[in-house]
Amino acid sequence: MKYTEDHEWLRVEGDVVVVGITAHASEQLGDVVFVELPDTPKGVSTGDEVVVIESVKAASDIRAPLDGEIVEVNQDVADNPGLVNEDPTGKAWFFKMKLADKSALDGLMDEAAYNALIG
Amino acid sequence: MADLKRTVLYDLHLELGGKMVPFAGYEMPVQYPMGVMKEHLHTRAAAGLFDVSHMGQILLTAKSGRVEDAALALEKLVPVDILGLQQGRQRYALFTNEDGGILDDLMVANRGDHLFLVVNAACKHEDFAHLKAHLSDSCDIGMVTDRALVALQGPKAEAALARLVPDVVDMKFMDVAIRQWDTAELWISRSGYTGEDGFEISVPNKFAEAFARKLLSMEEVAPIGLGARDSLRLEAGMCLHGHDIDTTTSPVEGNLNWAIQKARRAGGVREGGFPGAARILSELAKGPARRRVGLRPEGRALMREGTEVFAGPEGGAPIGRITSGGFGPSIEAPMAMAYLPADLAECATVYGEVRGKRLPAVIAPMPFQPTSYKR
Repeated sequence: MKYTEDHEWLRVEGDVVVVGITAHASEQLGDVVFVELPDTPKGVSTGDEVVVIESVKAASDIRAPLDGEIVEVNQDVADNPGLVNEDPTGKAWFFKMKLADKSALDGLMDEAAYNALIG
Repeated sequence: MADLKRTVLYDLHLELGGKMVPFAGYEMPVQYPMGVMKEHLHTRAAAGLFDVSHMGQILLTAKSGRVEDAALALEKLVPVDILGLQQGRQRYALFTNEDGGILDDLMVANRGDHLFLVVNAACKHEDFAHLKAHLSDSCDIGMVTDRALVALQGPKAEAALARLVPDVVDMKFMDVAIRQWDTAELWISRSGYTGEDGFEISVPNKFAEAFARKLLSMEEVAPIGLGARDSLRLEAGMCLHGHDIDTTTSPVEGNLNWAIQKARRAGGVREGGFPGAARILSELAKGPARRRVGLRPEGRALMREGTEVFAGPEGGAPIGRITSGGFGPSIEAPMAMAYLPADLAECATVYGEVRGKRLPAVIAPMPFQPTSYKR
Protein backbone atom coordinates (compact mmCIF):
# COMPACT_ATOMS: atom_id res chain seq x y z
CA MET A 1 0.00 0.00 0.00
CA LYS A 2 1.03 3.57 -0.68
CA TYR A 3 -0.23 6.63 1.23
CA THR A 4 -0.74 10.35 0.61
CA GLU A 5 -0.51 13.26 3.02
CA ASP A 6 -4.29 13.61 2.60
CA HIS A 7 -4.65 10.25 4.40
CA GLU A 8 -5.59 8.26 1.32
CA TRP A 9 -4.33 4.74 0.65
CA LEU A 10 -3.60 3.27 -2.80
CA ARG A 11 -3.43 -0.45 -3.51
CA VAL A 12 -2.24 -1.78 -6.88
CA GLU A 13 -4.57 -4.37 -8.43
CA GLY A 14 -3.39 -5.41 -11.88
CA ASP A 15 -3.37 -2.33 -14.09
CA VAL A 16 -5.50 -0.14 -11.76
CA VAL A 17 -5.02 1.31 -8.28
CA VAL A 18 -7.79 1.15 -5.68
CA VAL A 19 -8.18 4.29 -3.52
CA GLY A 20 -9.68 4.78 -0.05
CA ILE A 21 -9.00 6.66 3.18
CA THR A 22 -6.99 5.39 6.13
CA ALA A 23 -8.36 4.18 9.46
CA HIS A 24 -6.75 7.24 11.03
CA ALA A 25 -8.70 9.56 8.68
CA SER A 26 -11.96 7.70 9.26
CA GLU A 27 -11.54 8.03 13.04
CA GLN A 28 -10.88 11.75 12.71
CA LEU A 29 -13.96 12.24 10.52
CA GLY A 30 -16.33 10.47 12.90
CA ASP A 31 -19.46 8.67 11.72
CA VAL A 32 -19.74 9.01 7.93
CA VAL A 33 -23.32 9.53 6.73
CA PHE A 34 -22.98 10.55 3.06
CA VAL A 35 -20.64 9.72 0.18
CA GLU A 36 -20.95 11.26 -3.29
CA LEU A 37 -19.01 9.51 -6.06
CA PRO A 38 -18.08 10.88 -9.51
CA ASP A 39 -19.47 9.62 -12.81
CA THR A 40 -17.08 7.33 -14.66
CA PRO A 41 -14.94 7.33 -16.65
CA LYS A 42 -13.46 10.61 -15.46
CA GLY A 43 -10.05 12.03 -16.27
CA VAL A 44 -8.43 13.64 -13.22
CA SER A 45 -5.33 15.55 -12.23
CA THR A 46 -3.59 15.26 -8.88
CA GLY A 47 -5.52 17.25 -6.27
CA ASP A 48 -8.87 17.36 -8.11
CA GLU A 49 -11.80 16.99 -5.72
CA VAL A 50 -13.46 13.77 -6.83
CA VAL A 51 -15.45 12.41 -3.88
CA VAL A 52 -17.51 14.28 -1.26
CA ILE A 53 -17.68 12.63 2.11
CA GLU A 54 -19.80 13.91 4.99
CA SER A 55 -19.63 12.84 8.58
CA VAL A 56 -21.90 13.89 11.42
CA LYS A 57 -19.37 16.68 12.02
CA ALA A 58 -18.38 18.11 8.63
CA ALA A 59 -18.04 17.71 4.88
CA SER A 60 -14.67 16.94 3.31
CA ASP A 61 -13.29 16.13 -0.11
CA ILE A 62 -11.32 13.16 -1.32
CA ARG A 63 -8.83 14.33 -3.93
CA ALA A 64 -7.31 12.48 -6.84
CA PRO A 65 -3.98 11.19 -5.47
CA LEU A 66 -2.28 11.16 -8.88
CA ASP A 67 -3.02 11.98 -12.56
CA GLY A 68 -5.07 9.43 -14.45
CA GLU A 69 -8.60 8.22 -15.15
CA ILE A 70 -11.22 7.01 -12.69
CA VAL A 71 -12.64 3.84 -14.24
CA GLU A 72 -14.86 2.41 -11.50
CA VAL A 73 -16.56 3.62 -8.29
CA ASN A 74 -17.82 1.64 -5.30
CA GLN A 75 -21.60 2.02 -5.20
CA ASP A 76 -21.72 -0.01 -1.93
CA VAL A 77 -20.03 2.82 -0.04
CA ALA A 78 -22.52 5.38 -1.37
CA ASP A 79 -25.41 3.09 -0.37
CA ASN A 80 -23.89 2.38 3.05
CA PRO A 81 -21.60 5.25 4.10
CA GLY A 82 -21.03 3.61 7.51
CA LEU A 83 -18.63 1.22 5.74
CA VAL A 84 -16.06 4.02 5.85
CA ASN A 85 -15.96 3.66 9.64
CA GLU A 86 -16.35 -0.12 9.73
CA ASP A 87 -13.81 -1.17 7.13
CA PRO A 88 -11.93 1.86 5.77
CA THR A 89 -9.09 -0.10 4.16
CA GLY A 90 -11.24 -2.95 2.84
CA LYS A 91 -14.89 -2.73 1.75
CA ALA A 92 -14.94 1.09 1.85
CA TRP A 93 -12.75 1.78 -1.19
CA PHE A 94 -14.03 4.77 -3.19
CA PHE A 95 -12.74 4.36 -6.73
CA LYS A 96 -10.33 2.55 -9.03
CA MET A 97 -8.13 4.56 -11.37
CA LYS A 98 -5.73 3.97 -14.22
CA LEU A 99 -2.62 6.03 -13.60
CA ALA A 100 -1.19 8.20 -16.34
CA ASP A 101 2.27 7.22 -15.09
CA LYS A 102 2.63 4.18 -12.84
CA SER A 103 6.07 5.26 -11.66
CA ALA A 104 4.39 8.23 -9.91
CA LEU A 105 3.46 5.76 -7.14
CA ASP A 106 7.12 5.70 -6.12
CA GLY A 107 6.77 9.32 -4.99
CA LEU A 108 4.13 8.42 -2.34
CA MET A 109 4.73 7.28 1.24
CA ASP A 110 5.06 3.66 2.28
CA GLU A 111 3.39 2.41 5.46
CA ALA A 112 6.34 3.23 7.72
CA ALA A 113 6.50 6.81 6.43
CA TYR A 114 2.73 7.24 6.82
CA ASN A 115 2.77 5.91 10.37
CA ALA A 116 5.54 8.36 11.16
CA LEU A 117 3.39 11.18 9.71
CA ILE A 118 0.38 10.44 11.92
CA GLY A 119 2.64 9.81 14.92
CA MET B 1 -7.55 25.96 25.36
CA ALA B 2 -6.84 29.19 27.15
CA ASP B 3 -9.53 31.18 28.94
CA LEU B 4 -12.06 28.38 28.70
CA LYS B 5 -13.91 27.35 31.81
CA ARG B 6 -14.34 23.77 32.95
CA THR B 7 -17.32 22.15 34.63
CA VAL B 8 -16.84 20.19 37.82
CA LEU B 9 -17.10 16.99 35.73
CA TYR B 10 -14.12 17.88 33.49
CA ASP B 11 -11.77 15.21 34.90
CA LEU B 12 -14.48 12.59 34.55
CA HIS B 13 -14.96 13.53 30.88
CA LEU B 14 -11.23 13.04 30.24
CA GLU B 15 -11.24 9.72 32.09
CA LEU B 16 -14.19 8.58 29.94
CA GLY B 17 -12.27 9.48 26.77
CA GLY B 18 -14.33 12.58 25.96
CA LYS B 19 -13.11 14.67 23.05
CA MET B 20 -13.13 18.19 24.46
CA VAL B 21 -14.07 21.21 22.35
CA PRO B 22 -14.79 24.87 23.13
CA PHE B 23 -18.51 25.53 23.56
CA ALA B 24 -20.08 28.70 25.00
CA GLY B 25 -16.87 29.54 26.85
CA TYR B 26 -16.41 26.05 28.29
CA GLU B 27 -14.38 23.00 27.40
CA MET B 28 -17.07 20.40 26.83
CA PRO B 29 -17.12 16.83 25.49
CA VAL B 30 -18.42 16.74 21.90
CA GLN B 31 -18.30 12.94 21.94
CA TYR B 32 -16.90 9.94 23.79
CA PRO B 33 -15.26 6.86 22.23
CA MET B 34 -18.72 5.43 21.38
CA GLY B 35 -19.13 8.18 18.74
CA VAL B 36 -21.97 10.58 17.93
CA MET B 37 -24.16 8.10 16.04
CA LYS B 38 -24.05 5.34 18.66
CA GLU B 39 -24.44 7.84 21.51
CA HIS B 40 -27.56 9.18 19.84
CA LEU B 41 -29.06 5.72 19.31
CA HIS B 42 -28.10 4.64 22.83
CA THR B 43 -30.04 7.59 24.27
CA ARG B 44 -33.16 6.63 22.27
CA ALA B 45 -32.83 2.94 23.25
CA ALA B 46 -31.63 3.12 26.88
CA ALA B 47 -30.34 6.15 28.81
CA GLY B 48 -27.77 8.86 28.17
CA LEU B 49 -26.07 11.09 30.73
CA PHE B 50 -25.22 14.64 29.63
CA ASP B 51 -23.17 17.24 31.49
CA VAL B 52 -25.03 20.53 31.08
CA SER B 53 -23.37 22.30 33.99
CA HIS B 54 -22.34 25.13 31.68
CA MET B 55 -25.98 26.26 31.60
CA GLY B 56 -27.13 29.01 33.94
CA GLN B 57 -29.20 28.26 37.05
CA ILE B 58 -30.91 31.34 38.48
CA LEU B 59 -33.11 31.81 41.55
CA LEU B 60 -35.74 34.55 41.45
CA THR B 61 -37.36 35.46 44.76
CA ALA B 62 -39.80 38.32 45.35
CA LYS B 63 -38.85 40.69 48.16
CA SER B 64 -42.43 40.30 49.39
CA GLY B 65 -41.79 36.56 49.78
CA ARG B 66 -44.77 35.75 47.56
CA VAL B 67 -44.10 33.61 44.49
CA GLU B 68 -46.98 35.39 42.72
CA ASP B 69 -45.01 38.63 42.89
CA ALA B 70 -41.93 36.93 41.39
CA ALA B 71 -44.18 35.51 38.64
CA LEU B 72 -45.72 38.90 37.84
CA ALA B 73 -42.26 40.48 37.79
CA LEU B 74 -40.88 37.86 35.40
CA GLU B 75 -43.93 38.29 33.15
CA LYS B 76 -42.57 41.79 32.34
CA LEU B 77 -39.75 40.05 30.42
CA VAL B 78 -41.43 37.00 28.88
CA PRO B 79 -44.62 36.56 26.78
CA VAL B 80 -45.52 33.58 28.94
CA ASP B 81 -48.15 32.90 31.62
CA ILE B 82 -45.93 32.52 34.69
CA LEU B 83 -48.62 33.43 37.23
CA GLY B 84 -50.63 30.44 36.02
CA LEU B 85 -47.70 28.07 36.54
CA GLN B 86 -48.60 25.75 39.42
CA GLN B 87 -46.28 24.95 42.28
CA GLY B 88 -44.03 22.00 41.36
CA ARG B 89 -44.39 22.65 37.63
CA GLN B 90 -42.02 23.94 34.95
CA ARG B 91 -42.69 25.77 31.70
CA TYR B 92 -40.75 26.84 28.58
CA ALA B 93 -40.27 30.60 28.24
CA LEU B 94 -38.54 33.24 26.12
CA PHE B 95 -36.86 36.52 27.00
CA THR B 96 -37.94 38.94 24.26
CA ASN B 97 -36.43 42.29 23.32
CA GLU B 98 -38.14 45.57 22.39
CA ASP B 99 -38.11 44.56 18.70
CA GLY B 100 -39.90 41.31 19.48
CA GLY B 101 -36.74 39.22 18.95
CA ILE B 102 -35.62 36.44 21.28
CA LEU B 103 -32.79 37.20 23.72
CA ASP B 104 -32.76 33.64 25.05
CA ASP B 105 -35.03 30.69 25.71
CA LEU B 106 -35.28 29.18 29.16
CA MET B 107 -37.14 26.95 31.60
CA VAL B 108 -39.03 28.44 34.52
CA ALA B 109 -40.08 26.35 37.54
CA ASN B 110 -42.43 27.35 40.37
CA ARG B 111 -40.86 26.05 43.58
CA GLY B 112 -43.50 27.24 46.00
CA ASP B 113 -41.95 30.42 47.36
CA HIS B 114 -39.65 31.35 44.46
CA LEU B 115 -38.93 30.66 40.77
CA PHE B 116 -36.01 28.61 39.43
CA LEU B 117 -34.73 29.43 35.93
CA VAL B 118 -32.44 27.43 33.68
CA VAL B 119 -30.94 29.47 30.83
CA ASN B 120 -28.49 28.85 27.99
CA ALA B 121 -24.76 28.88 28.75
CA ALA B 122 -23.91 31.41 26.05
CA CYS B 123 -26.49 33.91 27.34
CA LYS B 124 -26.38 33.36 31.10
CA HIS B 125 -24.44 36.48 32.06
CA GLU B 126 -26.56 38.69 29.80
CA ASP B 127 -29.74 37.06 31.12
CA PHE B 128 -28.63 37.64 34.70
CA ALA B 129 -27.82 41.31 33.97
CA HIS B 130 -31.18 41.65 32.17
CA LEU B 131 -33.07 40.29 35.19
CA LYS B 132 -31.06 42.51 37.56
CA ALA B 133 -31.66 45.62 35.45
CA HIS B 134 -35.44 45.14 35.23
CA LEU B 135 -36.53 43.23 38.33
CA SER B 136 -34.14 44.27 41.13
CA ASP B 137 -36.64 46.64 42.69
CA SER B 138 -39.07 43.82 43.45
CA CYS B 139 -36.95 40.66 43.41
CA ASP B 140 -33.72 39.13 44.65
CA ILE B 141 -31.90 37.47 41.78
CA GLY B 142 -29.16 34.94 42.41
CA MET B 143 -26.95 32.97 40.03
CA VAL B 144 -26.38 29.48 41.39
CA THR B 145 -22.64 28.79 41.20
CA ASP B 146 -22.24 25.86 43.60
CA ARG B 147 -24.24 23.36 41.56
CA ALA B 148 -23.67 21.18 38.51
CA LEU B 149 -26.48 20.22 36.12
CA VAL B 150 -26.80 16.85 34.42
CA ALA B 151 -29.48 15.43 32.14
CA LEU B 152 -30.45 11.77 32.15
CA GLN B 153 -32.47 11.04 29.03
CA GLY B 154 -34.03 8.03 27.38
CA PRO B 155 -36.61 5.28 27.93
CA LYS B 156 -34.55 3.72 30.74
CA ALA B 157 -33.80 7.04 32.51
CA GLU B 158 -36.64 6.56 34.97
CA ALA B 159 -35.52 3.07 36.01
CA ALA B 160 -31.93 4.26 36.41
CA LEU B 161 -32.71 7.36 38.49
CA ALA B 162 -35.31 5.51 40.56
CA ARG B 163 -32.55 3.29 41.96
CA LEU B 164 -31.16 6.41 43.64
CA VAL B 165 -34.37 8.38 44.16
CA PRO B 166 -37.29 5.91 44.13
CA ASP B 167 -40.20 8.36 44.00
CA VAL B 168 -39.15 10.04 40.74
CA VAL B 169 -41.50 7.48 39.15
CA ASP B 170 -44.37 9.64 40.45
CA MET B 171 -43.16 12.72 38.52
CA LYS B 172 -44.81 13.62 35.23
CA PHE B 173 -43.39 15.54 32.26
CA MET B 174 -42.45 19.09 33.39
CA ASP B 175 -42.86 18.34 37.09
CA VAL B 176 -40.11 19.64 39.38
CA ALA B 177 -39.16 18.32 42.83
CA ILE B 178 -36.45 18.58 45.46
CA ARG B 179 -35.19 15.19 46.68
CA GLN B 180 -32.36 13.88 48.85
CA TRP B 181 -29.66 11.53 47.57
CA ASP B 182 -27.38 10.58 50.41
CA THR B 183 -26.75 13.98 51.99
CA ALA B 184 -27.08 15.86 48.71
CA GLU B 185 -30.14 17.91 47.81
CA LEU B 186 -31.12 17.26 44.19
CA TRP B 187 -33.27 19.66 42.20
CA ILE B 188 -35.01 17.41 39.70
CA SER B 189 -37.21 18.22 36.72
CA ARG B 190 -38.77 15.68 34.39
CA SER B 191 -37.74 17.32 31.14
CA GLY B 192 -34.91 17.53 28.68
CA TYR B 193 -33.67 18.36 25.21
CA THR B 194 -33.87 15.07 23.36
CA GLY B 195 -37.59 14.36 22.83
CA GLU B 196 -37.24 11.38 25.17
CA ASP B 197 -38.59 10.93 28.65
CA GLY B 198 -35.92 11.91 31.14
CA PHE B 199 -34.73 14.22 33.87
CA GLU B 200 -32.53 17.22 34.43
CA ILE B 201 -30.88 17.12 37.82
CA SER B 202 -29.14 19.98 39.60
CA VAL B 203 -26.64 18.55 42.06
CA PRO B 204 -24.24 20.33 44.47
CA ASN B 205 -20.73 20.56 42.95
CA LYS B 206 -19.16 18.45 45.65
CA PHE B 207 -21.53 15.54 44.98
CA ALA B 208 -21.67 15.89 41.19
CA GLU B 209 -18.90 13.47 40.26
CA ALA B 210 -20.06 10.77 42.68
CA PHE B 211 -23.63 11.17 41.40
CA ALA B 212 -22.54 10.95 37.75
CA ARG B 213 -20.35 7.90 38.48
CA LYS B 214 -23.21 6.20 40.27
CA LEU B 215 -25.47 6.64 37.22
CA LEU B 216 -22.71 5.65 34.78
CA SER B 217 -22.08 2.44 36.72
CA MET B 218 -25.55 1.29 35.67
CA GLU B 219 -25.62 -0.91 32.60
CA GLU B 220 -28.17 1.16 30.68
CA VAL B 221 -26.45 4.53 31.20
CA ALA B 222 -23.73 5.86 28.87
CA PRO B 223 -22.10 9.31 28.75
CA ILE B 224 -23.29 11.40 25.80
CA GLY B 225 -21.55 14.41 24.24
CA LEU B 226 -22.69 17.63 22.61
CA GLY B 227 -22.68 16.09 19.12
CA ALA B 228 -25.47 13.65 19.93
CA ARG B 229 -27.23 16.29 22.06
CA ASP B 230 -27.53 18.36 18.89
CA SER B 231 -28.83 15.56 16.64
CA LEU B 232 -31.28 14.41 19.35
CA ARG B 233 -32.77 17.88 19.82
CA LEU B 234 -32.95 18.48 16.08
CA GLU B 235 -34.86 15.22 15.52
CA ALA B 236 -37.18 16.39 18.31
CA GLY B 237 -37.74 19.69 16.45
CA MET B 238 -36.32 21.79 19.29
CA CYS B 239 -34.66 25.16 18.73
CA LEU B 240 -31.05 25.97 19.47
CA HIS B 241 -30.80 29.62 20.50
CA GLY B 242 -28.27 31.57 18.44
CA HIS B 243 -29.10 29.36 15.45
CA ASP B 244 -32.82 28.60 15.05
CA ILE B 245 -33.99 31.55 17.13
CA ASP B 246 -32.14 34.74 17.98
CA THR B 247 -32.60 38.47 18.54
CA THR B 248 -33.80 38.91 14.93
CA THR B 249 -36.53 36.24 15.01
CA SER B 250 -39.80 36.70 16.86
CA PRO B 251 -41.46 33.84 18.76
CA VAL B 252 -44.19 33.74 16.09
CA GLU B 253 -41.66 33.51 13.26
CA GLY B 254 -39.92 30.85 15.32
CA ASN B 255 -43.15 28.82 15.33
CA LEU B 256 -43.26 29.02 19.11
CA ASN B 257 -46.85 30.31 19.39
CA TRP B 258 -47.58 27.39 21.75
CA ALA B 259 -45.25 29.00 24.30
CA ILE B 260 -47.45 32.13 24.49
CA GLN B 261 -50.49 31.25 26.60
CA LYS B 262 -53.92 32.82 26.27
CA ALA B 263 -53.45 35.07 29.32
CA ARG B 264 -50.75 37.06 27.53
CA ARG B 265 -52.42 37.27 24.12
CA ALA B 266 -54.87 39.86 22.81
CA GLY B 267 -57.99 39.69 24.96
CA GLY B 268 -56.18 37.76 27.69
CA VAL B 269 -56.32 38.73 31.37
CA ARG B 270 -52.74 40.02 31.26
CA GLU B 271 -52.48 40.90 27.58
CA GLY B 272 -49.08 42.15 26.41
CA GLY B 273 -46.86 43.86 28.92
CA PHE B 274 -43.66 42.15 27.72
CA PRO B 275 -40.88 43.56 25.49
CA GLY B 276 -41.83 43.56 21.81
CA ALA B 277 -45.53 42.97 22.58
CA ALA B 278 -46.71 45.22 19.71
CA ARG B 279 -44.95 43.14 17.05
CA ILE B 280 -45.60 39.76 18.66
CA LEU B 281 -49.34 40.35 19.23
CA SER B 282 -49.71 41.70 15.72
CA GLU B 283 -47.94 38.66 14.24
CA LEU B 284 -50.15 36.36 16.31
CA ALA B 285 -53.21 38.08 14.81
CA LYS B 286 -52.07 38.49 11.21
CA GLY B 287 -49.51 35.73 10.83
CA PRO B 288 -45.79 36.31 10.23
CA ALA B 289 -44.17 36.79 6.81
CA ARG B 290 -41.73 33.95 7.42
CA ARG B 291 -41.77 30.97 9.70
CA ARG B 292 -39.41 28.31 11.01
CA VAL B 293 -40.22 24.99 9.35
CA GLY B 294 -38.80 21.49 9.19
CA LEU B 295 -37.17 20.23 6.00
CA ARG B 296 -36.54 16.68 4.88
CA PRO B 297 -33.95 16.61 2.07
CA GLU B 298 -34.98 13.98 -0.49
CA GLY B 299 -31.51 12.56 -1.09
CA ARG B 300 -28.83 11.60 1.39
CA ALA B 301 -26.79 14.82 1.08
CA LEU B 302 -26.86 16.92 4.25
CA MET B 303 -28.12 20.49 4.26
CA ARG B 304 -26.20 22.19 7.02
CA GLU B 305 -26.62 25.54 8.76
CA GLY B 306 -26.20 28.43 6.31
CA THR B 307 -27.45 26.52 3.25
CA GLU B 308 -29.52 28.85 1.05
CA VAL B 309 -33.00 27.70 0.08
CA PHE B 310 -34.67 28.44 -3.27
CA ALA B 311 -38.25 28.05 -4.54
CA GLY B 312 -37.24 26.28 -7.74
CA PRO B 313 -34.45 24.11 -9.18
CA GLU B 314 -33.07 27.05 -11.20
CA GLY B 315 -32.94 30.85 -11.06
CA GLY B 316 -34.53 33.20 -8.57
CA ALA B 317 -33.22 34.70 -5.35
CA PRO B 318 -32.98 32.67 -2.13
CA ILE B 319 -36.28 32.48 -0.20
CA GLY B 320 -34.64 31.48 3.06
CA ARG B 321 -31.76 29.87 4.86
CA ILE B 322 -31.18 26.73 6.89
CA THR B 323 -30.52 27.43 10.57
CA SER B 324 -29.73 23.87 11.72
CA GLY B 325 -29.17 20.78 9.66
CA GLY B 326 -27.58 17.39 9.85
CA PHE B 327 -28.15 13.68 9.78
CA GLY B 328 -30.80 12.10 12.01
CA PRO B 329 -29.48 8.75 13.24
CA SER B 330 -32.94 7.58 14.39
CA ILE B 331 -34.79 8.69 11.25
CA GLU B 332 -31.79 7.51 9.19
CA ALA B 333 -32.02 10.54 6.93
CA PRO B 334 -30.92 14.15 6.67
CA MET B 335 -33.07 16.79 8.39
CA ALA B 336 -33.00 20.56 8.77
CA MET B 337 -34.81 23.64 10.02
CA ALA B 338 -35.15 26.77 7.90
CA TYR B 339 -36.92 30.13 7.85
CA LEU B 340 -39.16 30.20 4.77
CA PRO B 341 -42.09 32.34 3.57
CA ALA B 342 -45.08 31.49 5.77
CA ASP B 343 -47.40 30.97 2.78
CA LEU B 344 -45.53 27.83 1.67
CA ALA B 345 -47.57 24.73 2.47
CA GLU B 346 -46.39 21.68 4.34
CA CYS B 347 -45.29 19.05 1.77
CA ALA B 348 -44.18 21.80 -0.66
CA THR B 349 -40.83 21.08 -2.33
CA VAL B 350 -38.03 23.64 -2.05
CA TYR B 351 -34.36 23.43 -3.05
CA GLY B 352 -31.26 23.71 -0.89
CA GLU B 353 -28.06 24.72 -2.67
CA VAL B 354 -25.33 22.29 -1.66
CA ARG B 355 -21.88 22.57 -3.27
CA GLY B 356 -23.38 24.54 -6.17
CA LYS B 357 -26.22 22.08 -6.84
CA ARG B 358 -29.86 22.62 -5.96
CA LEU B 359 -31.23 19.56 -4.22
CA PRO B 360 -34.93 19.02 -3.39
CA ALA B 361 -36.24 19.02 0.17
CA VAL B 362 -39.82 18.75 1.42
CA ILE B 363 -41.35 20.98 4.10
CA ALA B 364 -42.15 18.47 6.82
CA PRO B 365 -43.85 18.50 10.22
CA MET B 366 -41.72 18.46 13.37
CA PRO B 367 -40.72 16.63 15.45
CA PHE B 368 -39.04 14.42 12.88
CA GLN B 369 -38.83 11.68 15.49
CA PRO B 370 -41.93 11.14 17.71
CA THR B 371 -41.43 12.29 21.29
CA SER B 372 -42.07 9.98 24.26
CA TYR B 373 -42.74 12.15 27.29
CA LYS B 374 -44.45 10.79 30.39
CA ARG B 375 -47.56 12.95 30.52
